[in-house]
Amino acid sequence: MSLQRRPFLALLAAIGLAGVLPASTAFAQSALDAIAARKSIAIAIPTDFPPYGFVGTDMAAQGLDVDMARLVAARLGVAVELVPVTSANRIAYLQTHKADLVISTLGKNPEREKVIDFSAAYSPFFQAVFAPKPMSVKSPADLAGKTVGVTRGAIEDMELTRIAPAGADIKRFEDNNATVAAFVSGQVQVIATGASVAGNMMARNPQLGAEFKLLLKDSPNFIGVAKGDDKLRLKVNEIIAAARSSGEIDRLCLKWLGRPAGDLPI
Amino acid sequence: MSRLDFAAVLADWPLLLRGAALTLLLTAVATVLGIALGIACARARTHGRPLARALAAAYVELIRNTPFIVQLSFIFFGLPSLGLRLSSEAASIIAMTLNLGAYAAEIVRAGIEATPRGQLEAARSLALSERQVFLKVVLPPSLGRVWPAMVSQVVIVMLGSAVCGQIAAQELSYYANLIMSRNFRSFEANFVAAALYLALAAVLRQALAWIGPRWLFGRAATAGR
Repeated sequence: MSLQRRPFLALLAAIGLAGVLPASTAFAQSALDAIAARKSIAIAIPTDFPPYGFVGTDMAAQGLDVDMARLVAARLGVAVELVPVTSANRIAYLQTHKADLVISTLGKNPEREKVIDFSAAYSPFFQAVFAPKPMSVKSPADLAGKTVGVTRGAIEDMELTRIAPAGADIKRFEDNNATVAAFVSGQVQVIATGASVAGNMMARNPQLGAEFKLLLKDSPNFIGVAKGDDKLRLKVNEIIAAARSSGEIDRLCLKWLGRPAGDLPI
Repeated sequence: MSRLDFAAVLADWPLLLRGAALTLLLTAVATVLGIALGIACARARTHGRPLARALAAAYVELIRNTPFIVQLSFIFFGLPSLGLRLSSEAASIIAMTLNLGAYAAEIVRAGIEATPRGQLEAARSLALSERQVFLKVVLPPSLGRVWPAMVSQVVIVMLGSAVCGQIAAQELSYYANLIMSRNFRSFEANFVAAALYLALAAVLRQALAWIGPRWLFGRAATAGR
């Protein structure tokens, strides 16, 4: 019995040394130094959000956010560890230090600014309401009596909740795939989502006859940084500014969105 | 590290209460329908004709060997393509009923198969019909024997209903997730939801332990234990 137990205890001790010590030293120094020390950065990226982040036929993550993550890691001179997240859990990944940065089509709003910090904007984005052509949706009031699908916790959820009349039946789903599935299968009549998701959905399901109805919000994407992590945030801002002036960000936007970045807030 | 702030979550108590109420409602309906379905399938598997036996066995194996969330998604996202469109709540109730029915069938079958032969022979010698034998002699003590297992299964189905929020059924987990997507207090919201589930499970166990002997199988069935 004791012969079997000893290797087990040794293993436990090894895990303790390997796991606990670096973690405790990481808290003592800034996140940027910790990233440099371990020569890798954990970046949260979407995998359900083409063309920003999705899984290709080769099962590898790709998209604008994924390229941006690689660009930031390359400029920091460290390896990149991509962490797949959903709209609903990406802030929690940052808060619990499971990711150093969130590059996941993250929009900026006051609620989020209370719990995390944001870099300068790195790519354009907007959210809107989409519905089949025959349906008349000219103002938020027209949503009364209709079922509207939206991804819980996303920017469009907050905007929709703000502008929708009391009579609108808002159905919130876990991620974009479920929201799109609900619209495509007819479980909801109207969908509120990001332009990229809607574009992808309409391209694959022309039989729906869906079209743009209402603009919810113009919201460029920012990189999320843990609250108070100023050293890392300023470094990321430097990288974004350099990539904007060198035209790299425009090239990424042309590659994935078919348009240059345009005006982006600092 | 952010400090814990339960007030931010508890401020939304009307939402949590509404969610808990729907969780209880879904569970109550699914429990009644699921146990009835389970009894019917258990009878089919023990007393039915070969075709009924095979159908009941296929249903039980299909449900018990696939994940609940897949069954739920199939009913909600899959059936519309066959022309059957159900609300989130109706789809949740059907999925929970089918799920509980399959497990309940096996639980009740165990109780039926433990019936002493002498009891069956005594019932038949009184010239009771097969139907009367099953309903009056076999079923009540069988349910009494397996009731603790049945109550546990109902609690498992109640806890499993947490994934019904994935198809926008507005139950407890749906609101807990909604609250954490609003204020990012994920630990606190999960903690409060867990406490509410614990309370619901305790209430459900007590209620079923009270209902069973009084309404379903009589106190005699569990006497002497």
